[in-house]
Amino acid sequence: MSAELKHEGSLGVAMKRKEDPRFLQGKGRYVDDISLPNMLYMALVRSPYPHAEITSIDISEAMKVPGVKAVITGKDLDAAGLGWLPTFHGLDKQMVLAVGKVLFQYQEVAAVFGENRGAAADGAEAVQVEYKPLPVVADPFMAKADKVILRPDRERKTNHIYHWEVGDRDRTARALASSPKRIKQRIWFQRCHPAPLEPCGCVAQFDTMGRLQFFVTSQAPHVYRTALAIVTGIPEDKIHVISPDIGGGFGNKVPVYPGYVCAIVGALKLARPVKWIETRTENLTSTGFARDYHMDVEIGATEEGRVTALHVATTADHGAFDAAADPTKYPAGMFGVVTGSYDFPVAHAEVDAYFTNKAPGGIAYRCSFRVTEASFAIERAMDILADELHMSGADLRRKNFIRKEQFPYPSPLGFTYDSGDYHKTLDTALEKIGYNDLLKEQAAKRARGELMGIGISTFTEVVGAGPSKHFDILGIKMFDSAEIRIHPTGAGIVRTGTKSQGQGHETTWAQIVAEELGLDPQNIMVEEGDTDTAPYGLGTYASRSTPVAGAAIAMAARRVREKARKVAAHLLEVGESDVEWKEYKFQVRGVPAKSVSMKEVAFAAYTNMAQNEPGLEATYYYDPPNMTFPNGTYVAVVDIDRETGESKVRKFLAVDDCGTIINPLIVEGQIHGGLTEGFAMAFMQEIQYDSEGNHLNTNFTDYLVPTSLETPHWETAKTVTPSPHHPIGAKGVGESPNVGSPAAFVNAVMDALSPLGVRHLDMPLTRDKVWRAIRDAEAGKKQS
Amino acid sequence: MRVNVKVNGVSYERDVEPRTLLAYFLRESCGLTGTHVGCDTSSCGCCVVVVDGDRAVKSCTLFAVQADGHEVLTVEGLAEGGKLHPLQQGFWDQHGLQCGYCTPGMLLTSYALLKHNPDPSETEIREGLAGNLCRCTGYQNIVKAVEQAARSKREEQP
Repeated sequence: MSAELKHEGSLGVAMKRKEDPRFLQGKGRYVDDISLPNMLYMALVRSPYPHAEITSIDISEAMKVPGVKAVITGKDLDAAGLGWLPTFHGLDKQMVLAVGKVLFQYQEVAAVFGENRGAAADGAEAVQVEYKPLPVVADPFMAKADKVILRPDRERKTNHIYHWEVGDRDRTARALASSPKRIKQRIWFQRCHPAPLEPCGCVAQFDTMGRLQFFVTSQAPHVYRTALAIVTGIPEDKIHVISPDIGGGFGNKVPVYPGYVCAIVGALKLARPVKWIETRTENLTSTGFARDYHMDVEIGATEEGRVTALHVATTADHGAFDAAADPTKYPAGMFGVVTGSYDFPVAHAEVDAYFTNKAPGGIAYRCSFRVTEASFAIERAMDILADELHMSGADLRRKNFIRKEQFPYPSPLGFTYDSGDYHKTLDTALEKIGYNDLLKEQAAKRARGELMGIGISTFTEVVGAGPSKHFDILGIKMFDSAEIRIHPTGAGIVRTGTKSQGQGHETTWAQIVAEELGLDPQNIMVEEGDTDTAPYGLGTYASRSTPVAGAAIAMAARRVREKARKVAAHLLEVGESDVEWKEYKFQVRGVPAKSVSMKEVAFAAYTNMAQNEPGLEATYYYDPPNMTFPNGTYVAVVDIDRETGESKVRKFLAVDDCGTIINPLIVEGQIHGGLTEGFAMAFMQEIQYDSEGNHLNTNFTDYLVPTSLETPHWETAKTVTPSPHHPIGAKGVGESPNVGSPAAFVNAVMDALSPLGVRHLDMPLTRDKVWRAIRDAEAGKKQS
Repeated sequence: MRVNVKVNGVSYERDVEPRTLLAYFLRESCGLTGTHVGCDTSSCGCCVVVVDGDRAVKSCTLFAVQADGHEVLTVEGLAEGGKLHPLQQGFWDQHGLQCGYCTPGMLLTSYALLKHNPDPSETEIREGLAGNLCRCTGYQNIVKAVEQAARSKREEQP
């Protein structure tokens, strides 16, 4: 199809976002903007101790606070059978309000309902809870010893949650043992928090017929509805979940949190609407954290730099409950993508997860379930191997890439990579950034004792969960859906089971419909997040919207087209087989002058349909045949101040291959944002606990989000290798920059420090950590 | 306590508890929910409004009673006569927003910035916005949006 045939808003057009005018004028409708008549506010009492027995809870003072209507505790919930809620991947359950003991600092202990925000907060302050502190298990290595069993409620009396493995252990061990070159490195991907700017929250009310209306910041509204039906016993038809505008999610708004259950119980008990909006501190201390993987990575190679085997053994800190939202069969998510972009003949990966006295989570933070951890591990380790071999990281990568003719590529850990051209993407990046000139500059600077580093990351993701034969959450297969209705005047509405949190679905979904049906995307309304109207879907996370729901939209549109073809045949007065869809309209085969537009056909579908069924709509539930594998090459250039340890990212180039691009403006925006979150993890962010289990950075003054000042300037470029199995060839992009960039930053810093003999530092690479490394390295050199 | 605050040119006379923050006064007493709250520590800037014409203020650091008798501009007051303000247009054209949660604060901080400096450099814009967090955009397109608005405002002047 030639470029001039593209109409405004079809695939590949940088259309401005349709949702923006309401956000720009303060007309977004976020959950805290919803006020219902007679509404109460809820506040939670939280534990000051990481591990303690609850000896008493006294609510009498709280009930005397003006405006306080009720207080509920774990005992009340337990009596109603609501003491625990199942976690999404079904391997554990989580306390709603603590009964007997608390297992992490800031755990939910009681819920207070008041006439306004102030009354609820005052009431929460007045609840008297007595605790008897218990010994704390502060990390997974302590947990392994099983000296203190954190979860006696479970059948197995151990802190060990699960062992998961994939690949060939014995062959990998043999291949490593016989490899002439080997590297081994412990790499910790620190505990992080997604910290969307809008905290989590909900408004719950029961109507006069006893139906629950539940407004909530949910990335997966349908899954919430089903989960709430299971937890509360309310029939699913009596639950209406509405996910309004969401102020960022990043995986944080996938799990069902205890506060939601409490708000629903309060609304039922008090027969009034209840609003609960968590504070920033509550968000950082109790809702889904991410990462916290201690990974022992081992690679074998030949003298010439061909990789021979990969082994990764991970110790995972899951906190007090196993509340990761991974698909049921994948307790360690998609960690099996750890062989990355490289053709390993054999590999083995294993993960052992433990309970500790920390907040629960392990959620997929802007990541398709542990892909970020896996990608970081392999991309760091490849650089360490390159150092060992005295090769450049670029040469080592080039030598070991899966070649484009190898796709579809069966990876040794069980995935079938769909498509890619890794050599082209790397070459594009190196040429565009002027790699050879940078190497010359670096050599000159090194001669002067200056610290300059070039970091490369050539990552591959696995996204778009996923095919029903492998993927489910709470047993529900991970398909997604779309329903399209075309109105008589050629306008229409598309609804999906996904839910945008800033990704721009209202624009891109309309563009897919526009491309498939030749209609104006400005008049294709997109509606998501309302379980009464949207078809069932698993929601938006793990870069699954475009790979799964985007595909469902294209397929539903093609169903609409097939129905429209019958009407078109009637209008053109030919047989259906003589009608072809060409250049965004129906025409008589071989007679381009005889044609009708979709708009004309739409009108006829309601006014002049002949023997055809009236109306023009279709629904499609899409079960993806495979995952998609977005990939890219990122290059970071870093200068380090030897005196202060400060790293400055002078230049950063991201070359992404996300397959077919729906809207380049939105893709670029997603990349900028993801790179900024990757930058934050590399240099600033870590959820810290002390050895007593105290949470050390409970707000934005301590848990740092990059500002406009620190954030580097981002350059972007692309290669396009369409996914062969996706209806429009798209792969998804929202998470690539967050997955691929941390290794580029860290590799650059390590490259800068390599003349000093520093081999590896764990993130975040704060000034003081880098300064200490420089100081220690220099002291070591003086001594030797 | 009785306060009277002029918001976007309209007087709002309301009874408030002394501890009511201006942010919640705007959201809950005036029904102007475009002003958002994203943290507890005046770090995020989602709640920035403009007070008395040119001062960008985090409305969670001010009590409603402190705003008594003052004029406040919120995001709802930026567009005039159905026409987007040049800053709003700039954010739209340059894809300077994604989830939209930080956007009102970004717009009003930029509004005050341009009042004081109609022709800011990129560095001056980045310094001016350093009190406003954005988790989605990486700031680059926000900077471009402010540059576009500054350009178009200068072109408006005779």
